[in-house]
Amino acid sequence: MIEIENVRKSFGPLEVLKGIDLTVSKGEVVTIIGGSGSGKSTLLTCINGLEPIDSGRILIDGTEVHAKSTNLNKLRQKVGIVFQQWNAFPHLTVLDNVTLAPRKVLGMPRAQAEEIGVRQLTHVGLGDKLTTYPGRLSGGQQQRMAIARALAMSPEYMLFDEVTSALDPQLVGEVLDTLKMLAQEGMTMILVTHEMAFARDVSDRVAFFHQGVMAEIGPPQQLFGDPQHPETRKFLSSTRH
Amino acid sequence: MFDTALTTADLIFLAKGAWMTIVVTAISVLIGTVLGIVFGVFRYQVGAIWASPLTFVLDIFRSIPLLIQLVLANAFLGTILRLNMSGFTIACLVLSLYTAAYCSEIVRGGIEAVPATTRRAARSLGMTWGQDMREIVMPLATRVALPSWIGLALGVMKDSALVYVVQVTELLKSTQILITRLQEPLFLLLICGTFYFVISFPLARFGGYLEKRWSND
Repeated sequence: MIEIENVRKSFGPLEVLKGIDLTVSKGEVVTIIGGSGSGKSTLLTCINGLEPIDSGRILIDGTEVHAKSTNLNKLRQKVGIVFQQWNAFPHLTVLDNVTLAPRKVLGMPRAQAEEIGVRQLTHVGLGDKLTTYPGRLSGGQQQRMAIARALAMSPEYMLFDEVTSALDPQLVGEVLDTLKMLAQEGMTMILVTHEMAFARDVSDRVAFFHQGVMAEIGPPQQLFGDPQHPETRKFLSSTRH
Repeated sequence: MFDTALTTADLIFLAKGAWMTIVVTAISVLIGTVLGIVFGVFRYQVGAIWASPLTFVLDIFRSIPLLIQLVLANAFLGTILRLNMSGFTIACLVLSLYTAAYCSEIVRGGIEAVPATTRRAARSLGMTWGQDMREIVMPLATRVALPSWIGLALGVMKDSALVYVVQVTELLKSTQILITRLQEPLFLLLICGTFYFVISFPLARFGGYLEKRWSND
């Protein structure tokens, strides 16, 4: 379970998170939507401790992420994250990209790591690209590789930060299909996305962020069908056109 | 057609000088590169302000002509501190620091060229700072830094000609000794230049080979 309690965070004078409360249970898929600068991506990077927070706390299965005593490297093995920019390791083959962390961080023997790597890459449809270098893949393929790379650590939670935003339109579908597949397999996920139809389709709950505040959260039918907050209505009507 | 007093013994004498050039260069580039990596990583990691004392010292080594550094180091270590150091040791010491000063800049530039987002991805997978450095940053920084580093190594090799001022008889000094005796400056300098070329060429080609290999990534 991920528990976010009254989290505040500023970049200099700009407060980007103004007291966020959100609890995500095991197996749940929560999507965060909202305009740019609403704090949704920042929240994701705070959840796995890549960014410090100013106040409040974030608990992952009871472990406080930002406590001094918390071993973040250990915690991050549990929480995978995939970014808008896929950040391939360009000097490693696709398979090595995926097996690096299991080998170095988990100390897995190469054979075992490669078995997992091949399985995860096949899972995301890249089983035929094992020895290719990332530079020769399309954006969509690189993003799916990044997903396989995160999954190879067998995380219990996955965070997806606008993973289709940097892709050419015709490549978005393949990545969304991969995410959908993960959701159906029961992975606990928090996704930040601009793909409204997709959010409606896969989410158990959808949260709308506005200027650092979670203005509204609810099941997709409710949030998309009958939004309560005026800003939600405004945002949804602007994205429909 | 062509008449010279150069004997086989003289050629062996030159080859010995060339060997000294290779040894001094190899030791200095090796130590200088290790130090340069340590200094470069340190300067990148602690930021410009905290690194400024080190940066200042390295700037001294970069801005004073090597010849003066060698003479001053020789005088300071030998005459003032009365350390019983050979010219060879002093030559390697000064050239190593001189290499390290340039190398730390190259290393810092290479590290800065690795995108922060790539490093963030590595850390997000649970890698420690050290793992990120070893597995991601260093391999990528090396690719960026290699051409400059090859240039530095070749430069140090040629600059090592100056260590004659601390009584080390390397290639150029050997050539000068022969010129004084045989009075055939052009011919001897041509041979000397050929020796330098033969030493440099494999290193330059090796750099080219690595660049080509890595371009497949």
